[in-house]
Amino acid sequence: MENKQLSIEELNSEARQIRRLIIRMLAEAGSGHPGGSLSSADLVTALYFNILRFNPADPNWPERDRFHMSKGHCCPLWYAVLSRTGYFPEEKLFTLRKFGSILQGHPDRKTPGVESASGSLGQGLSIGLGMSLASRVDKKDYRVYVLLGDGELQEGSVWEAAMACAHFSCDNICAILDANGCQIDGRCEDVMGVEPLAAKWQSFGWHVIEINGHDMGAILAAYREAQTIKGKPTIIIARTVKGKGVSFMEGVIGFHGRAPTPEEAQKALKELA
Amino acid sequence: MAEQLYQRDAYGQALVKLGSSDNNVVVLDADLSSSTRTNLFAKQFPERFFNFGVAEQNMIAAAAGLASCGKKVFLSTFAVFASGRAWDQVRVSISYNNFNVKIVATHAGVTVGPDGASHQALEDIALMRVLPNMNIIVPADAPQTEEAIMAAAGIPGPFYIRMGRSKVPTIENKEKFEFGKAQLLCPGDDAAIVACGLMVEQALWAVKSLAARGIRARLINMHTIRPLDKEIILKAAQETRLIIACEEHSVFGGLASSIDEVVAENFPVKVIRVGVHSRFGQSGEPEELMKEYHLTGPDIEKAVLAHIAQK
Repeated sequence: MENKQLSIEELNSEARQIRRLIIRMLAEAGSGHPGGSLSSADLVTALYFNILRFNPADPNWPERDRFHMSKGHCCPLWYAVLSRTGYFPEEKLFTLRKFGSILQGHPDRKTPGVESASGSLGQGLSIGLGMSLASRVDKKDYRVYVLLGDGELQEGSVWEAAMACAHFSCDNICAILDANGCQIDGRCEDVMGVEPLAAKWQSFGWHVIEINGHDMGAILAAYREAQTIKGKPTIIIARTVKGKGVSFMEGVIGFHGRAPTPEEAQKALKELA
Repeated sequence: MAEQLYQRDAYGQALVKLGSSDNNVVVLDADLSSSTRTNLFAKQFPERFFNFGVAEQNMIAAAAGLASCGKKVFLSTFAVFASGRAWDQVRVSISYNNFNVKIVATHAGVTVGPDGASHQALEDIALMRVLPNMNIIVPADAPQTEEAIMAAAGIPGPFYIRMGRSKVPTIENKEKFEFGKAQLLCPGDDAAIVACGLMVEQALWAVKSLAARGIRARLINMHTIRPLDKEIILKAAQETRLIIACEEHSVFGGLASSIDEVVAENFPVKVIRVGVHSRFGQSGEPEELMKEYHLTGPDIEKAVLAHIAQK
């Protein structure tokens, strides 16, 4: 199945639509995590519309590329993208976090297109590693993409996985780091410093690409560069702004895990018009 | 004297058999492959074996990733690490996802011996038993270990299979292993001894010794802890009115607790717990430790004698 291959302009427009959906879903749900959903929106939009190989009509197609959202709390973004790419109808999005919904508060395999649960941080890169090893056993050429958060890097298990991905030379793994610099209790540098990110990943044996995570051209170029790297895994360290796209959410720690009020949602949607 | 065999040898050999017949089987270990015997599989099928080093959390979540792609995953390490070290990974990535991952834990219980308390898992059944979707088998001896591994391989979903470090005698057992269905090894209506793992051998000793005193104790090999064979428990409760639960594990959360839950809800009778009573293990030879923690045949016999009069 071929991607739509949108132009950069179209991707930016699509990402804006997805941000609008995120705001509407969270306002309807009354809880959830807007900050990180908005900061990684451009990265995930570009991936699904121009890079990832998948078939919404056959979510279990064995040849599909794998995407796993290790920072599971940003699932409103994932759900919006899955809906926009045809996995389920848009109206389902507004059942987010409600009883009986296929869209749980954190990812669950009930959702078409979701490969594995997440929500407990620090497990996703290991899951991606398992998917990569399976491709080796099965001699398949799919690629594996894992979205990580920078606060998440404080989980030691991420580094167990980082070490192993390099040890096993998993060059079909592309980790995407949404480095928005914020976590629940404050700036990462204040809570528990994670820098220097590029040097850390390089020293673990990874190919590192550092970009502005809101520059569509740079995002696409990074994904394409990652596809050419042999013998080692790649990480795209994407410098992002938490709450990107909504002026009063940008860089505001308080919007890590608080949904917008109806008034805030109206204001946000005007900005994203 | 019955033949003494390592359960982990039987496990390693079973893996090789499975590997030959099913290309989908992959095996993971965390730097203990010579102890757990997954090295037998590694030697035969190096392209389907992955050593994760000393990183159990990564191994267990990676097992989930492999299973999500349709692989049948067996992973091994010591029981302390397989259950406790990476419990959150087992919970979220394996149990919640209901993935086809078989956690095969070796070196459980005090019979680990000289390595001492840090390496003697006495809580692992409890930790695994509370997880939805998790199936638990504690085979009694080496032949039953092979049967259990083969059975688990044919049933999709997460399993925790537990065995010890030491050689164990092969028990006289004419019944075929059936997952989820306990084995009645000896008939008797005076008391029911329900045991798992190497405690089955101890219980057999107690049954014979009690018989010499004219007491007919029933012996049940409860190899599957979850799902528990409730029928055989209730029948034993009704027909004997006294159950002795025997496990090389804490008396909290394991076999005894499983039995308690069934009888308390359906047919309350006394359940006496022969197991480890809220203590850590310690260094020593397996036989010394079995005595110290009151896990021997004579301990089981004593429990029966102490309670049979009050039935």
